[in-house]
Amino acid sequence: MENRILAYVDERLKESERLEMEKHLSACGACQLRVNEFRAVTSLLDEVPQIEPSAAFDARVRARVAAEPVKQSWWAWFTPSPRVAFAASLLLLATVWIGYESKTSLPGIDQKEMDAQMMQEMQVLDDQDVISSFDPLKDLPQPVQQEDQTNQTGQPNQTM
Amino acid sequence: MARSDVQLMLDVKAGDERSFELLLQRYRTPLVNFLYRMVRAREEAEDLAQEVFLRVYRARKDYVPSAKFTTWLFRIATNLALNSVRDNRYQRMEVSLDAPVTVDAEDGDEKPLDIAEKHPNIEQYLVEEARKKMIRHAIDKLPEKQRAAVLLHKYQELDYGDIAKILECSESALKSLLFRAYETLRVELAPLVARHGK
Repeated sequence: MENRILAYVDERLKESERLEMEKHLSACGACQLRVNEFRAVTSLLDEVPQIEPSAAFDARVRARVAAEPVKQSWWAWFTPSPRVAFAASLLLLATVWIGYESKTSLPGIDQKEMDAQMMQEMQVLDDQDVISSFDPLKDLPQPVQQEDQTNQTGQPNQTM
Repeated sequence: MARSDVQLMLDVKAGDERSFELLLQRYRTPLVNFLYRMVRAREEAEDLAQEVFLRVYRARKDYVPSAKFTTWLFRIATNLALNSVRDNRYQRMEVSLDAPVTVDAEDGDEKPLDIAEKHPNIEQYLVEEARKKMIRHAIDKLPEKQRAAVLLHKYQELDYGDIAKILECSESALKSLLFRAYETLRVELAPLVARHGK
């Protein structure tokens, strides 16, 4: 019943609960006294005056709100920006132009002539005579012959 | 027809800054009073109230009207107030031992001559002031959670369910909390309560 006394004073009980409470109060002097005292307390609390926010309060809130950084969602990263699109177009244009210019500006070299020269160099590399008569290679130690030849059955040759 | 709090907040979410201004006008006084009665320092109460509005503004993009706007608003305010009271408790205990008694705005900062001019019946005025002071001190002496519950119940007239959500407890726990708080107030204010009953 204790927890219902305050709700009864507040008039926040359901109709059935209120009737039940009133029935109890008519027979219980202690609860009736408590109801009267709680009513007195809530009435006394009404006497506490309100204060008004200071004149600068609203301005301070507005200033703090205005100082908040503008947050952009990550999705905004994908939205095209005119400046970025313009810069990217210029870069692409410049790349194409430089590529075209470098191809056309090599003077006096014929493509067939370049191919023939390259094939000749490759033949030199492939020529074994050139490699075998290459002096610096003669100074290299001769590769060691494998003495312990294994026989066909996989057993090593025994020397007595 | 006035737009509801939830509608205003949804408009703020959509980018309407004027709706935020309307919410500010609607809740500045209740919030400042609630926080003032919690922390008992006007400047601090205003700072905290500004912080509440700022947090509401920051959260606008994620706002979902799943609960009453006032429940959300006073939940932010209550958390800030409880943290502030707990942070300042020891500091205030140290100060109160040797600091001179100061009078804040609500306690009345009028000089005796001003009082005599403004209130011809000075005796009655002083009795009323002493009475208000006694009530305020009875509220101040409540443990902070009980104090928050009483302030939300009495001055904001919120439902038990809403107050329970704000204080993050069950409705039955809240009713017990409120009962204990009103019991304490009844005892603290016994001389006034007895006179009130006559």
